[in-house]
Amino acid sequence: MGRILVIAEHDGASLNASTAKCMACATAIDNEGIDVAVLSADGAAICDQAAALSGVAKVLKVDHEIFASQLAATLAPQIVELAGDYSHILGPSTTFGKDLMPRVAALLGVAQISDIMEVKSAYSFQRPIYAGNAIVTVDASPERKLVATVRTASYKAVSSDGSGTIEAVEAGASFPTHTRLVEIKASSGDRPDLQTAAKVISGGRALASEENFSLIYSLADKIGAGVGASRAAVDAGYVPNDMQVGQTGKIIAPDLYVAIGISGAIQHLTGIKDAGTIVAINKDPEAPIFEVADIGLVGDLFEIVPELEKQLG
Amino acid sequence: MQKILVCLKRVVDYNVRVRVKPDGTGVVTDGVKMSVNPFDEIALEEALRIKERGAANEVIVMSIGSAEAQQQLRTGLAMGADRAILVETDEAVEPLSAARAMLATIEREQPGMVILGKQAIDDDNSQTGQMLAALWGRPQATFASEVVLDGETATVTREVDAGLETIAVDLPAVITVDLRMNEPRYVKLPDIMKAKRKPLETVSFSDLNVENEHHLTTTHFAPPAQREKGVMVEDVGALIQALKDKGLV
Ligand SMILES: Cc1cc2nc3c(=O)[nH]c(=O)nc-3n(C[C@H](O)[C@H](O)[C@H](O)COP(=O)(O)OP(=O)(O)OC[C@H]3O[C@@H](n4cnc5c(N)ncnc54)[C@H](O)[C@@H]3O)c2cc1C
Repeated sequence: MGRILVIAEHDGASLNASTAKCMACATAIDNEGIDVAVLSADGAAICDQAAALSGVAKVLKVDHEIFASQLAATLAPQIVELAGDYSHILGPSTTFGKDLMPRVAALLGVAQISDIMEVKSAYSFQRPIYAGNAIVTVDASPERKLVATVRTASYKAVSSDGSGTIEAVEAGASFPTHTRLVEIKASSGDRPDLQTAAKVISGGRALASEENFSLIYSLADKIGAGVGASRAAVDAGYVPNDMQVGQTGKIIAPDLYVAIGISGAIQHLTGIKDAGTIVAINKDPEAPIFEVADIGLVGDLFEIVPELEKQLG
Repeated sequence: MQKILVCLKRVVDYNVRVRVKPDGTGVVTDGVKMSVNPFDEIALEEALRIKERGAANEVIVMSIGSAEAQQQLRTGLAMGADRAILVETDEAVEPLSAARAMLATIEREQPGMVILGKQAIDDDNSQTGQMLAALWGRPQATFASEVVLDGETATVTREVDAGLETIAVDLPAVITVDLRMNEPRYVKLPDIMKAKRKPLETVSFSDLNVENEHHLTTTHFAPPAQREKGVMVEDVGALIQALKDKGLV
């Protein structure tokens, strides 16, 4: 048994919800304490949030101006500095963690387990392969440090009633200059965040244009839902990339998922397997989406969606 | 730049519905169509376009796996790669060992850039490119949808959860590509004929002085949990009622 280090994800101002989900996974692993590392330019507020997560013993506050850009090239060597005696180092399997954690693992010379969905024991885990068509049990050796990412859709965030301590740690790594952040273009507006929204409405290729997607936005706003899309809708340019749900997009677990004009390709379904209730609206009664839907309605979305919005009052 | 190295993995074709063997020892691969990992195909297409623009002289494809992976390397050669390297092994290869074999190949070939897929659609690990960049001590630009080369730097647009992130990396660098980067070309019959004459070199892990280490053991394969069969409703009114019953609207 050892201590676990969770790498916090944040946007420079506040903690991302993925960290509370990593904590839930960490808590399921036998441990002698769970610490959270916050690497940022000015981490005071983020560290307060991290310290409040239930189960956190200590927050390591590593402030350095270079962490204003959250780049794997500079974060990874610092995490290696912190790695010390930790038995497990966990990050979220968001694009942040997927980019960063393998770099950490390789610098430590150890393997990584990606997308933990269930903890069997401290060194045995379940994870999905083949777009979720198979679930494997993977065992690691207790002799080595284990680096892993946590499939956030498999875990519920821990509560915020914890009382960890905050310890400032000097940034001690030597940082490469070969990688520089140019800009981040965030496209999402003020709709609920896809990865944490309780309700999500997604549109597919059938929407046929960017303009028609207003049908989806309008329905989503009516019920306070986040908006997602199939890859086909993103590729066609109807919506931006960060709305893609699926194997290569976001893996989500809302209470309600509504798929509108989406056929239900395996790569899409892998992103919604953990949704509470799946609703499908599709004009083709044979569409594979109906095989996983809890509630299905066959018909033309261009009639159904406006009617649905109207009847919802 | 002189050379671009592209890594291709042989995987079960993305159209195949993969099934777990009843005894839980693996997935069914007998008689199943195998292809180049779709992300790696996009990586190769990008490398070929860079070469065709005159920004590189040679595109090398490499794969790590069984002798059968020669088929995928031949596909890469037919698409337009100049030569191929197979690191042959019949054992499973974890991403860390794959990255070490790639690094050893890099030390021999000295490419100005390595491009590969952001993940392989069999293990869905999304690790190898990042691990390679770490071992090489070079930049990584993962989940890329656009690469713009300017002398010794590449400006790369990355698809991240928040939207699009642009980073500048000094070359040499590792780039892992996402699906929207380009649409790979179709291979024509004459290209397949031509590819047969292109050089394909086979080496082993020991030739590269790399040990194919195994840190992890997969002990069991299971099919995913099935969702319960749902209900079909007749109209919008019934849909809303069903949602109300579940307390969802
Ligand atoms: C490596 C790889 C990774 C991938 N990753 C992803 C991923 O992460 N996410 C993802 O979504 N896809 C992914 N895909 C793509 C996936 O295979 C499908 O091509 C895609 O999901 C199809 O999108 P769609 O359902 O919108 O379009 P289509 O399959 O074209 O389906 C459109 C549906 O709309 C219905 N329809 C048409 N008109 C109407 C109407 N008027 N009213 C109601 N219904 C209508 C049709 O019956 C059809 O079922 C990936 C593919 C590959 C190869």
